[in-house]
Amino acid sequence: MNPALQGLITIILGVGGCIGYFYLSNQFLDKVLFPARGKDAGRNINRANMIRPWLFLFPAVFALGLYLGYPVIETLRLSLTDRSADGAFVGLANYSQMASEPKFWEAMRNNMLWLIVVPAVSTAFGLLTAQLTDRIAWGNVAKSFIFMPMAISFVGASVIFKLIYDTRAADLEQIGVLNAVWLSFDGGLGSFLFLRLTPALILLAFAGFMVYGIYISVKPYIWSGNERRGDAWWTFPLRAVVALGSAWLLWLSVWSIVSVMTGTLPYGEPQTWLTVPFWNNFFLMAVLIWIQTGFAMVILSAALRGIPEETIEAAILDGANAFQIFFKIKVPQIMGTIVVVWTTITLVVLKVFDIVFAMTNGQWETQVLANYMYDKLFRANDWGVGSASAIVIMLLVMPILVWNVYNARKEMR
Amino acid sequence: MSSIAGTKSRLTWAVQISVVVLVALWVFPTVGLFVSSFRTADQITSSGWWAAMAPSERNDTFRTAAPDTQVQENGVWVIQGNLFEAGSEATISSWGTSSRDISAYQPGQTAETRGGGRLTVQADGAYRMESDEEFSGRRGQRVFVTATSPPEFTLENYNNMLFDPSNREGMTRAFFNTLTVVIPATIIPIVIAAFAAYALAWMEFPGRALLIAAVVGLLVVPLQLALIPLLKLHLAVGIGKGYLGVWLAHTAFGMPLAIYLLRNYMVGLPRDIIENAKVDGATDFQIFVKIIIPLSFPALASFAIFQFLWTWNDLLVAMVFLIDATGETTVMTKQIVELLGTRGGNWEILATAAFVSILVPLIVFFALQRYLVRGLLAGSVK
Repeated sequence: MNPALQGLITIILGVGGCIGYFYLSNQFLDKVLFPARGKDAGRNINRANMIRPWLFLFPAVFALGLYLGYPVIETLRLSLTDRSADGAFVGLANYSQMASEPKFWEAMRNNMLWLIVVPAVSTAFGLLTAQLTDRIAWGNVAKSFIFMPMAISFVGASVIFKLIYDTRAADLEQIGVLNAVWLSFDGGLGSFLFLRLTPALILLAFAGFMVYGIYISVKPYIWSGNERRGDAWWTFPLRAVVALGSAWLLWLSVWSIVSVMTGTLPYGEPQTWLTVPFWNNFFLMAVLIWIQTGFAMVILSAALRGIPEETIEAAILDGANAFQIFFKIKVPQIMGTIVVVWTTITLVVLKVFDIVFAMTNGQWETQVLANYMYDKLFRANDWGVGSASAIVIMLLVMPILVWNVYNARKEMR
Repeated sequence: MSSIAGTKSRLTWAVQISVVVLVALWVFPTVGLFVSSFRTADQITSSGWWAAMAPSERNDTFRTAAPDTQVQENGVWVIQGNLFEAGSEATISSWGTSSRDISAYQPGQTAETRGGGRLTVQADGAYRMESDEEFSGRRGQRVFVTATSPPEFTLENYNNMLFDPSNREGMTRAFFNTLTVVIPATIIPIVIAAFAAYALAWMEFPGRALLIAAVVGLLVVPLQLALIPLLKLHLAVGIGKGYLGVWLAHTAFGMPLAIYLLRNYMVGLPRDIIENAKVDGATDFQIFVKIIIPLSFPALASFAIFQFLWTWNDLLVAMVFLIDATGETTVMTKQIVELLGTRGGNWEILATAAFVSILVPLIVFFALQRYLVRGLLAGSVK
């Protein structure tokens, strides 16, 4: 049968079937099972109304349970069994095998890098564009263009960026933008300004931000005043984690500044960007940042619009300048939204698969967890280790899941 | 903001310029792909796409026609013709007959060739070679040319990728396969989720809060977990790999977001309308069909766009549940990934294929952006 025809029939059957199911099951409930007539009419109506929600919910709950609930359990079970031994229970053998593979740790390291860089940069760019376009006449048009990559598939975006990163032999005309730009640097003053000083300054700003983070998180324990009273029990571990994380990032950025300033750069040679170890991760991340910035911008722009005018007017009257208004008045008021945007992008990052699959397929040390898992499941046919790595992704998502459910419940009360 | 206080900000210009730079930076990559898809393979490899807009200057080597085409006119042997192919709009700025001095002559000038002939080349590529003696040899005279050609674009790539039935790598089949996956996978979850969302929003029953929490939780469960168990299930019940499997999978994977979005929207509908309808004797089914669905149109549209974009752009679900060993049911994303592997350097093919696949989402995006934004604002968990 022609797939298009099959599709049409499926739409008719699917939609018709759903509506038919809902209509007929309601009719059956009201007319046959518990008719609202006779001496039991009142009781029957109540009974029917107890059952009716489940009629409405059944197809959805069934789909959710079978396609999302059951697989979680089943994947957990598969990760504890060995397929080649007829599904015998092997305990944590799959996990320990996975932990002994360098590819897995490479994927973990890269994923952590993605988790830090992509949400941070996307949110920052999103906030920047939201704030800048808020004030100008053609802001909506500008937003439209920055938002546009959201509609483009990861695969399409991969092709777009592969063209940018394209490399050709040194004696040929470069057709990738990045190499064309790169070859215009010759090691002179311009190269120093753009390739050493600018990145170093950005890293320095980041390092300063991290110092501030450490300061904020340890302040109450060093200059203990009344601030600490009434803190919840989890405040201390949270602050400790933030401080340690910031310290690690601070060390990383200082180390990067040194290497940026002192490293030798191969001027005049076209680079195959996607094979440069470590840095190629960033070239892949650029794709996701390009896509996600629009999302961050749209949400944050709405949040910025929602800030009460009076607070800003008051700040202006008190003599605050544009930067003070932005960082001290606006950002604190939309902190909740920033967290939402951050976590949403984090979720996207954890599942990122298409970009790596299409651009490098995990070669040249660019492996990430989702692609590692796909490799294990469908290339190596190792369901045990594949499931184990899926569970690792699930565990990484877990904190966000708990946090979302917690917030949703709080909101409903 | 500053205008509230009555002073025009000095930063306005800086803001305008930064926005222009940001927009340019964000649009630039897509434009590159778009422009490349209209250039021939030769053009793409000879210059970057950003040079496509300007007239391009390049050096080339041609040969005049072979001596066996010569004719005798008034006692002079003549070979004439045009160096360029018919229809070329290139203009010669200088030319030469030796590789050591390729710009020795201006158009219209006459050069002595080594064989004793006189060669004149015009700016449009027309040449005339004369000699008092008969030309000998098998090959024509070499001519080195520096020519400027105006920007040139072609629809040939699209013709090749879309309308050439003999092209095994064409996108037509993949395009219709994608369409076949997307349409049912967008419509069916809306119907199912709308009913469930109504129940969660407006019906009282025990366990409602728990169900909502479960939906919020499932919203973030990575679908990677579902791949193997569901593939096993599909193979076991006989669905196998195919359209039915991928429709079911997309329907279920879109369900949490659909329920969440629609429920959030429906809960905000005015209670009075629904209670009045109940007092007037309407059943839940009637309320749902006649009141809730028409009022929820914006939310339905938002979700439809999300699900459309997501299923259209999806690669993983299609690879796992749809595409079998024969590759008959390949979708566009998968086709492009394959082209990336086999035709890594043929940008005219890759760019065209990619642009064909992103065109429809872009149209949907620009036409229905309003609903997409509204959906995003409602959908991100607060």
